Amino acid sequence: MDADASLLRRLRDGDEQAFSTLVERYHSSMIGLALSFVSSRAVAEEVVQDTWLAVLRGLDRFEERSSLRTWLFSILVNRARTTGVREARSVPVADAGPVVDASRFGPSGAWVLPPEHWIEDAENRVDAVKLSELLRAGLGGLPDRQREVVLLRDVEGLSSAEVCNVLAISEANQRVLLHRGRSKLRQALESELGGGPR
Amino acid sequence: MSFLSRLPWLRSRGLVCQEVVELVTDYLEGALSPSDHRRFEEHLVGCPHCTEYLAQMRETIRLAGRLAPQDLTPAMRTDLTDLYRRWRAED
Repeated sequence: MDADASLLRRLRDGDEQAFSTLVERYHSSMIGLALSFVSSRAVAEEVVQDTWLAVLRGLDRFEERSSLRTWLFSILVNRARTTGVREARSVPVADAGPVVDASRFGPSGAWVLPPEHWIEDAENRVDAVKLSELLRAGLGGLPDRQREVVLLRDVEGLSSAEVCNVLAISEANQRVLLHRGRSKLRQALESELGGGPR
Repeated sequence: MSFLSRLPWLRSRGLVCQEVVELVTDYLEGALSPSDHRRFEEHLVGCPHCTEYLAQMRETIRLAGRLAPQDLTPAMRTDLTDLYRRWRAED
């Protein structure tokens, strides 16, 4: 991202405003991401503060082989993971099963309860604040590993290669997590906006 | 490799809706084999529900991408400004 490249230049020049801009841009996402590795908001905030300090201290050494945000998120995930392991937080079990409830299909595998229409309605019927709340609640309800991938890919807009790099997972694993996470997010929107099964 | 290509007896027939919903992300990511990709699109042509489902997945992705960063609390801002100034004082 070009905006990040210019921020990086300004940060290296010691521009405090550039740091504020970076913080406003990424801090809440970093907290959200950290929360999936550690047990509490307070610990997540500590991890993110440590990350910011590590970023500042590492500015001179950062070689720009990845984008600024990929570097930022990588540092965060490493720290959050280490902290989570120290806290002996249990690893969530991977969920299996279909992404759309099997009861919505007939014996032939065709829809019997097809998706309720909501797309055009979403932004007309629901104001932006309510829609954001819905999405955040949906994201909050995802299993940790899925939320991490959806946050980085769909909310932050990282590429799949960047996400694999940040989270140290394979492309195939990333795709599975992304699929499950996105599918649940879609279901959450349908349940709220389309009046489909809850 | 998609799960369909591991199930050779399925290859000859078309996809059913229940399979299509499991393949949406592989489809959007360009991870389907050319033959699965073709079968996926062939199914969509005849299935308004799955077409709707795919559109909803795309819309979900679009809406997620429009989520704005959440505002920081004043306390967080102060903490981070302090952090920056402490770091500046380190050199």
